[in-house]
Amino acid sequence: MIEAKHVSKWFDGQQVLYDINATFDTGKTNLIIGQSGSGKTVFMKCLIGLMTPEEGEILYDGRKIRNMNTAQRRQIRTEIGMLFQGSALFDNETVLGNVMFPLKMFSPLSHKEQLERAYFCIRRVGLENADNKYPSEISGGMQKRVAIARAIALNPKYLFCDEPNSGLDPKTSILIDELLSDITHEYGMTTVINTHDMNSVLGIGEKIVFINRGHCDWIGDDKSIFRAKSESLNDFVFASKLFQEVKLVLEREAEAAQK
Amino acid sequence: MIISSINTFGKYCRFLTQVFRAPDKWNVFFKSLVAEIYKLGVDSIPLVIIISLFIGAVICIQMTLNIVSPLIPSYSTGLATREILLLEFSSSMMCLILAGKVGSNIASEIGTMRVTEQIDAMDIMGINSANFIVLPKIIGFTLFIPVLCVLSMFFGLLGGWFIAEFTSMLTVETYVYGIQSFFNEWYVWYGIIKTLFFAYIISSVAAFYGYYVKGGSLEVGKASTNAVVASSILILLADVILTKLLLQ
Repeated sequence: MIEAKHVSKWFDGQQVLYDINATFDTGKTNLIIGQSGSGKTVFMKCLIGLMTPEEGEILYDGRKIRNMNTAQRRQIRTEIGMLFQGSALFDNETVLGNVMFPLKMFSPLSHKEQLERAYFCIRRVGLENADNKYPSEISGGMQKRVAIARAIALNPKYLFCDEPNSGLDPKTSILIDELLSDITHEYGMTTVINTHDMNSVLGIGEKIVFINRGHCDWIGDDKSIFRAKSESLNDFVFASKLFQEVKLVLEREAEAAQK
Repeated sequence: MIISSINTFGKYCRFLTQVFRAPDKWNVFFKSLVAEIYKLGVDSIPLVIIISLFIGAVICIQMTLNIVSPLIPSYSTGLATREILLLEFSSSMMCLILAGKVGSNIASEIGTMRVTEQIDAMDIMGINSANFIVLPKIIGFTLFIPVLCVLSMFFGLLGGWFIAEFTSMLTVETYVYGIQSFFNEWYVWYGIIKTLFFAYIISSVAAFYGYYVKGGSLEVGKASTNAVVASSILILLADVILTKLLLQ
């Protein structure tokens, strides 16, 4: 479990995160949602340790990041997998090279065992025939899968995903969401996904943290999101025409139930 | 301006403290080192050869045309060509040219890694990204630069020889006698020592500019240009200091 306690962050005297409290549960896909510029990426970077919040604490299974020395921080980072928005694959490495990279750097396994593990991860994300291709030779969806394979190579306890569906078509987005959800449950990871894709929210939002203008306005799940009382969340959720239609249907259902 | 320069220098020093640490995995480091020697050093050989050949030839022509006094012996052409190549061209001028090729290559490569979050990916994995990416480049280029310097000296002199061989400006015997006259071995070492410092400047300054890129592809281009300008100025400054120290 990852806990954020009273997290506040400033940039050049301007506050971007305000006293955020949230917990991200083990074995669940936890979503951070919010509009662009709401502060969700900054919040995620604080969670990962790429940024240090001026106030508040981040705890990984009770371990405070702030109190850790360099060696402890490096140790905990080997327990973290990260999927970046742009995949962040190493251009000069093949698919296999990318997945092997964390294993070569941190794994005590022999070279043969590392290869076996890498191929297992590649198979797990369904890229059996692409192991010798370079990132520039594969599609955006495949790049995301490679990034997922690299992120899970070391069997991480915590998996962070920054907008995993950006730039992908709806069908591929659903495949990536399902893959993330499957591996989260399979390996019992604490997965935190930063997104503003409502399909992801409804598909894999086992726990949802809504960030609005740097404030945590709502915490819930995919079942309760349509009935939330938060005005800012409703503005966000029902922004598209499709979800406005859904809202009308829900309102009609509610009226019918009252009658 | 002054405060900004001091800030940048401080940031550069902090950057170097990250870079100069023991690598996480020595076998991975040595593989990267060999790759960087090939990419930054071996790939620069054709450029060094072409430029040195032509500049050597041009120096030889200019010396022949300008040394017309009957009081100056004709072999002075070879001697002057050799001294120019050994003392300045094959070290300082060659490194200024390499600052453009190698410096922009390093800055743009690392800058692109920064803007595409590849460096963040390494940091999150717990890898010292500055050490992992930059140290093989600095050590690789600094190790290989003496080879480039000696090649430049050789092909520069060969360029002059071509002029003697294929034109009627001077004879090959006079040219060869000139390049052998009053030879001071220390000048070769002086050139090599200078290039070691210049290689360090080119690789570390370019890596610094690339590593701290913020933004997108436009900033990568700017960082690349800034890296070349800064390393060129520093090479010239270091040239003055090293010449004073080594030749006095």
